[in-house]
Amino acid sequence: MKSLIKIAWRSLWRNKRRTLITSASVFLAVFLALFMRSMQIGSYEMMTDMAVREAGHLQIHKNGYWEKKSINYFMDYSNEIKREVESNPNISIAIPRMDNFALASYGDLTKGVAIQGIIPDMTDDRINLSKRIVKGRYLKENDTGVVLAEGLANYLKIDVNDTLVLLGQGYQGISAAAIYPVVGIVKFPIPKLNNLMMYMHLDQAQETFAPYNPDLISALVIELKDVDDLSEEANILNERIGFNYEVLSWEQMLQEVVQQIESDNAGGIVMLGILYLIVAFGIFSTVLMMTVERRREFAIMVAVGLNRSKLAIITLFETILIAIIGVIAGVIFSVPVLQYFHHNPIPLTGDLADMMLEFNYEPIMPFSLESFIFVSQGLTVLLIAMGIAIYPMIYAYWFKLLKAMRK
Amino acid sequence: MGSIKISNLHKVYNESKVPVKAVNGIDLEIKQGEFTAIVGPSGSGKTTLLNMVGGLDSPTMGDIEIDNVHIGSLNSKELITYRLNNIGFVFQSYNLIPVLTALENVAFIMELQGIPKDERNKTAKELLEKVGIADKINDRPGELSGGQQQRVAVARALASKPKFILADEPTANLDSKSTSDLLDLMQQMNDEYDTTFIFSTHDQRVMEKARRIITIDDGLVSSDILKN
Ligand SMILES: Nc1ncnc2c1ncn2[C@@H]1O[C@H](COP(=O)(O)OP(=O)(O)O)[C@@H](O)[C@H]1O
Ligand SMILES: [Mg+2]
Repeated sequence: MKSLIKIAWRSLWRNKRRTLITSASVFLAVFLALFMRSMQIGSYEMMTDMAVREAGHLQIHKNGYWEKKSINYFMDYSNEIKREVESNPNISIAIPRMDNFALASYGDLTKGVAIQGIIPDMTDDRINLSKRIVKGRYLKENDTGVVLAEGLANYLKIDVNDTLVLLGQGYQGISAAAIYPVVGIVKFPIPKLNNLMMYMHLDQAQETFAPYNPDLISALVIELKDVDDLSEEANILNERIGFNYEVLSWEQMLQEVVQQIESDNAGGIVMLGILYLIVAFGIFSTVLMMTVERRREFAIMVAVGLNRSKLAIITLFETILIAIIGVIAGVIFSVPVLQYFHHNPIPLTGDLADMMLEFNYEPIMPFSLESFIFVSQGLTVLLIAMGIAIYPMIYAYWFKLLKAMRK
Repeated sequence: MGSIKISNLHKVYNESKVPVKAVNGIDLEIKQGEFTAIVGPSGSGKTTLLNMVGGLDSPTMGDIEIDNVHIGSLNSKELITYRLNNIGFVFQSYNLIPVLTALENVAFIMELQGIPKDERNKTAKELLEKVGIADKINDRPGELSGGQQQRVAVARALASKPKFILADEPTANLDSKSTSDLLDLMQQMNDEYDTTFIFSTHDQRVMEKARRIITIDDGLVSSDILKN
């Protein structure tokens, strides 16, 4: 076996230039593929992370809430649910919240706002609102004030320490009205959120919108420890708490994120396919030439007693070695480059950037260093090489000895 | 050991189109230890005959029996093993594996036979000394002259301890000095190892070195002379 590898290895270097060019093309393809995949996987990881921070892995709602998004589909955060959630070993955290709409007035200015009643600490751990405070302070426990988005505050010409009037519809048709001091102003990079959002303590939201239902929430945001199969986990939980409730995964709630990842990933795979197709042709033409120009050599070897299967193994080694040289060089070169970009990500613009801003993320292109990226690209190239090696191997098994000897 | 019995051997090429009767009914017996030349003009059927004896080609008709083995009864895989263990080949040119050194070329045959590394390297060195290129054992074929390459080929042919060595026009590409050197070497090896040598040639000087000269014309033995 050692001799077969030796023959294969040395045969490759008989035409140094050709082998180097072929391996270099593999190298380049592997590098490009790794670069592209690292970037894509990195951005998917980040998008998933953003989505989970925003929506949790799962949310429990009253059945129908996600479709209607109406206050009439709010649910009681009952002791039963609390117990169920606390006793579930796979749930690491459960955060109640209330999302609602109302009118906010200051002086003679009025505007529709999106209100989030939150538990300040728990929510801040996830979406880091306190970092976005540009004036005043963030909400605290038992806070009776509200935090406004900057664009909204500007529209209403309201400032920290001013008092805002809130008017809206409460649970089961009651009318809701309250006044709140503004304690802080947050700034969002994208206008949609910046002109709309208002945050208050969940207790305050409950008092205002559901004074007779003190445990009312719109959603219970759940984060899991083990996220192998989200929809399975959702089903199990749903069965336990009953079908008055719906348990949705972030993938169900934020389908546009899932679709964006899927379509981007599909595009990436098509690109990889084209890239590897080109490389495959390069390897194939080299292997083809190596076979054709050594017909007599192969014939002599078989004539003097080399098994055709061993000859086939030599050609397999040759093909795979060309690929391995390229793969190893590609990986060795890629790791530091990707590491650099992992720690110094490229700033982003465009659609993706907007989406990231929406989720309160910095618009950067993150690079993933997940080992499966390297393994899968390496294996892909090796598989391609093995596929190509079928040609010289078939030749080794079937060529006509005498015809080849006469060459 | 090493006697070859050829009976009523025929080879017809191109049977479907214009048939060429390359070998046309040859009967021969070659005994252990012979140093025999197959001679005849170009196209007379020497290569065809040697290829069939060497198990590289199959007869259209007739039988080749080597020490009670009928070559025709072996399948192609068995033939490869048979060739490896029983027949040494020296071809006209480009005999050697170009990426292996002289030593590796000779040792490779023994490796295929499963001989342990130390032993095969020792034997290969001895053989290369015998054929007179002890100082070139680490050169690759490309670095050797034509005559030197043929010497390595002879050493390789001997390495597997074959029953006989077939050499199809081994001197065709050599100058006259190298030709006579190679023939002397083959003769010496024939004496020393008692290995049967069968070589083809159409070179007058080469055939003169043989102890038996079998002349072939149009696929038939036209004369068979044993010298002493
Ligand atoms: N593969 C083949 N197909 C058809 N004809 C062949 C083939 N090989 C040899 N011949 C013919 O068989 C005859 C004998 O050839 P060959 O054995 O090579 O003779 P020699 O070695 O004595 O020159 C020639 O007429 C040659 O043209
Ligand atoms: Mg010939």
